[in-house]
Amino acid sequence: MKYISIFDIVGPTMIGPSSSHTAGAVRLGLLARKIYGEKPESIKFTIYNSFAKTGKGHGTDKGLIGGILGFNVDDSRIKNAYEYAQEINIEFKTANNTNKHPNAVDIEFSGNTPMLISGNSLGAGEIQITSVNSYKVDLRGDFPTLLLIYKDQPGMIWKVTKIIQEKNINIASLNCERVEKGEEAFMSICLDSLLPAETIDKISEISEIYIVRNFDALEK
Amino acid sequence: MHLKSEKIMKNIGSFQELEKIADKENKKLYEVFQEIESLKLEKSTDQLRDLMEDHLKDMEKSIKRGLESPHLSISGMSGMDSKKLSDRYEKNKSTPFNKLFGKILSYSIAVSEENQRMGKIVACPTAGSCGIVPAVIIAYSEEFNLSQEKLINSLFTAGGIGKFAAQEVPLSGAMAGCQAECGVASTMAAGALVELMDGSNSMVINAAALALKNSLGLVCDPVAGLVEVPCIKRNGFYAIHAATAAEMALAGIKSIIPMDEIIESMKQIGNLMPQSLKESSEGGLAITPTACKITKNIQKLGFN
Repeated sequence: MKYISIFDIVGPTMIGPSSSHTAGAVRLGLLARKIYGEKPESIKFTIYNSFAKTGKGHGTDKGLIGGILGFNVDDSRIKNAYEYAQEINIEFKTANNTNKHPNAVDIEFSGNTPMLISGNSLGAGEIQITSVNSYKVDLRGDFPTLLLIYKDQPGMIWKVTKIIQEKNINIASLNCERVEKGEEAFMSICLDSLLPAETIDKISEISEIYIVRNFDALEK
Repeated sequence: MHLKSEKIMKNIGSFQELEKIADKENKKLYEVFQEIESLKLEKSTDQLRDLMEDHLKDMEKSIKRGLESPHLSISGMSGMDSKKLSDRYEKNKSTPFNKLFGKILSYSIAVSEENQRMGKIVACPTAGSCGIVPAVIIAYSEEFNLSQEKLINSLFTAGGIGKFAAQEVPLSGAMAGCQAECGVASTMAAGALVELMDGSNSMVINAAALALKNSLGLVCDPVAGLVEVPCIKRNGFYAIHAATAAEMALAGIKSIIPMDEIIESMKQIGNLMPQSLKESSEGGLAITPTACKITKNIQKLGFN
């Protein structure tokens, strides 16, 4: 069982009004932005079910945008997130889909690098990114993470983990998925500490790695 | 610390055990809570107390901002009621009844209103119940002129009580109804208040038990799914509820049903509660004709 800390009960300091619909939305935005990895030009958010029905009154839209801008859950700028996001072209769509989680969102980045990221707000500020493009993932922002998109070929896991091993950093979990044999593949590695820049440089040098993302756990 | 007591600290599972160990080691409950936390988070007590002091400061600021804000919430249903209460309190300051009562009420509503207008608050244990603990402990500490150190002690008492409840029942309206939100906030505040007023460990636990026992069954049926009606005013009611429980315990009154059994009852009641009364806005107050009208209007607001 996960340890429940006194600081999970008294805290966090956050922008209200809802830990699932506001703070959770901020954290979904924050993690999506880390996965996307660059300054977004244009974003279409599709929010589902309870997020769609009660999101306006909970500032779910502002939370998502605030997260994309890199604001933490206690950042007072969240309330005026639209003003800070004027350079980004933002669109909101609402939808009902009983197959989705009650608090689900699709975040569609367009521009130079299009990317579709989906996630859920699980309650009490806990979140989960469930897919990146067509790949199923389970990222909760609770570990430093390395994400790779690359050409599916023998030895890729070995090549990557060998470089990580050189730094003696422990791997908490590793997941791989591919579209088809020999096509594009996706790897996510959760680690016990953040990989240093030189390790990332080395990993980036492996041939036919297309996208490398290396980011820390979200603040508690 | 000795290895043996370290092992014990890590495995305390109930309030009964907690009280026994604390009394045996001649410690206050907040000290035991600090020790468990320090072991598990691998942080020194000083580091933990600094962290708690930050939360306390954020609580104080949320009261101040809440009382001063001239803004309504996004839906327009709430905002500025704390001002009405503080005006009345200022006017009747000299009357003894209003000194504490008026302060607790206006502070709790101030923090909850601040939450609903997207202000900065400290979830305690949740955002929807964030007004109760700060209002009670800060009002008392102002009126009785208590130190910052004592306030921090009392927040560890509050957090520890909430943590032990959360180990058994998820503290969310969606899982267990409002008994697990405003009910538990009031339970935490009652225990904290007894600590603040130098009550014994047994009094702390009895205050918590009395507060929780009398919050059982409280459903979560918010209008339009927002943390607003009845949530904001409920923070006022359950802040006073906490003071009632603390005063009873400080007078030596005991809860016949022990705290651990009351938590079991809360869990059972939470499971028996229909989904329509657990934050789904499909029953209770949320489907009254007035609520339906409000919901329609809010959904018309749209995004962008």
